[in-house]
Amino acid sequence: MRTVEKSPSKPEILLELNDVKKYFPIKGGILKRVQGNVKAVESVSLKLYKGESLGVVGESGCGKSTLGRTILGLEELTDGKIKFNEQEIQDLKRKEKKKFVKEMQMIFQDPYASLNPRQRIGNALDEVFRMHTNMPAQERKEAVLDLLKEVGLKAEHYDRYPHEFSGGQRQRIGIARAIALNPSFIICDEAVSALDVSVQAQVLKLLKTLQEKYNLSYLFISHDLGVVRYFCDRVLVMYLGHTVEMSDVTKIFNHPLHPYTRALLSAIPRPTMQAKRERIRLVGDMPNPSNPPSGCVFHTRCPMAQEICSVDKPAFIEHEKDHFAACHFAGQSLSRVLG
Amino acid sequence: MTTAEAVKAKPKKKEKAWQTTLRRLFRNKMAIVGLIVVLLQILLAVFAPVITMHDPIRQNLGSSELPMFSDGHWLGTDNYGRDVWSRIVYGARISLVVGAVAVSLGLLGGVILGMLAGYYRKLDAIIMRFVDLLFSFPGILLAMLIIAILGTSLVNVAIAISIWSIPTCARIVRGSVLSVKEKEYIMAMRSMGASNLRIMVKHILPNVTAPIIVFATMRMATAILSTASLSYLGLGAQPPTPEWGAMISQGQDFMWTSPHLTIVPGIAIMLTVFAFNVLGDGLRDALDPNMDVEQ
Repeated sequence: MRTVEKSPSKPEILLELNDVKKYFPIKGGILKRVQGNVKAVESVSLKLYKGESLGVVGESGCGKSTLGRTILGLEELTDGKIKFNEQEIQDLKRKEKKKFVKEMQMIFQDPYASLNPRQRIGNALDEVFRMHTNMPAQERKEAVLDLLKEVGLKAEHYDRYPHEFSGGQRQRIGIARAIALNPSFIICDEAVSALDVSVQAQVLKLLKTLQEKYNLSYLFISHDLGVVRYFCDRVLVMYLGHTVEMSDVTKIFNHPLHPYTRALLSAIPRPTMQAKRERIRLVGDMPNPSNPPSGCVFHTRCPMAQEICSVDKPAFIEHEKDHFAACHFAGQSLSRVLG
Repeated sequence: MTTAEAVKAKPKKKEKAWQTTLRRLFRNKMAIVGLIVVLLQILLAVFAPVITMHDPIRQNLGSSELPMFSDGHWLGTDNYGRDVWSRIVYGARISLVVGAVAVSLGLLGGVILGMLAGYYRKLDAIIMRFVDLLFSFPGILLAMLIIAILGTSLVNVAIAISIWSIPTCARIVRGSVLSVKEKEYIMAMRSMGASNLRIMVKHILPNVTAPIIVFATMRMATAILSTASLSYLGLGAQPPTPEWGAMISQGQDFMWTSPHLTIVPGIAIMLTVFAFNVLGDGLRDALDPNMDVEQ
């Protein structure tokens, strides 16, 4: 098994996205011509370091999940570059890609839907080894039993069907399947959103333990800011397919630069009576991603939008060290901007 | 206890999927009746030489057109003196075998076409247009056309009926595949790098079996009825083969003198078709996951 080498001084880059775009064509008319695009992911660039957890947050429909699937190649990339371990993988053919499949795995949102209901879980885990290794049957079985133990399940679970497990146990099976091939990168697509709060904590703990043991990197897609705060090292905020802000978890939560991030944070319910915080309410719905607003995509709902915002698209730049944001008035207070 | 021991000492088995289905099936009285009739028919077909005393084909003109409950021929004899009971029992063989062969071939074609159409978007339009083409012929006409091309025989009847079963089966399978394909566990398998073939055979097919089983059972009824119809029209079994439809066709000349020659095979066809249909109905309910709630 992989040994743990944590070098916090100089983190190594595991995954690098460069201007990644994913458009879904809208076809219409008799000839099924492309009439437009749903811009699900628009120019996302980011770096993911070895052993870190990067949280991706945003409203539903902002392209978080699509981003995850695009990285894995489950959705075809429209444009951009994906570098994994210093190799570009976006144009690889199916066979060449198999190597990277082992390195990149995914844990899915719905533990009830992500397991084949007609397959015993021992067989389901066994299948992963059958697809990717040449281990003999006995060895495979032992590996599966080890995996079950690793995620806190018992050997007697080997012959059971998914419907005989609870949600938390199923998510453990999903995790077992994801770590089976010793990956270095796992995408957790709302991995704990469907679970009870108490079970969430257990599963998050398991994910953390595994991360420390195998030096895993997580791309942790979630809409639950509380979970992200607890679990992640860095956070990426997305809005309408665009990256809006990215920084360390403490900076994002204590000192957000982008008004959208502020609005998200102010929407977290707090169990406190005093300290009336400024509650930023966003009005209206998210704009149609097939026809995004001009300039800054957020200007239609931004409380501090100015003229420039509807004309000029703000760049995603480093305003402070390791703190990126895409806003003309990043970090400025609402009252100051509005004068 | 080591892990290896734990695996060997299996805990008491939970109910398997087919056991659940059977238990639910037995709650439905009509389905039980259907199942019993079908099983009886299978027994008749298998043990035909044991439970009949007369050759179904050998003529005995000395004892022709005996009425029912005659000595030694409890269902009487036909105009050539052949024992009607023997002919009915051997006819069950023909009906079941032709029906089973026709349905199996139809399933084979239908499942393959349906899976491909449902899984590959690009093939979908082509395959479904072909299926629509098959659909545009009335069933019995299509069968007659195929028999006209291939010649009259029971084998060709089976082929004709199977071809006619393909479009319905393909549509059912395609629909189920379309819904299963979008499930997260298929996405999960793709993310693990599973090949399309593996996903289709190991992960989609087992999850679309329920509608296929129901279709196959119901189709048996149709296939048996169609075999009889085609034989009645003289396109299937040729005399002296003891086929139910052919028996009705021969017996209708003696409707007034010996009505049992048409009525008995008629009842046999009716019972069989009825049995397969209620069994299919029962299976559809028993396999429906929404019926999971215990009553």
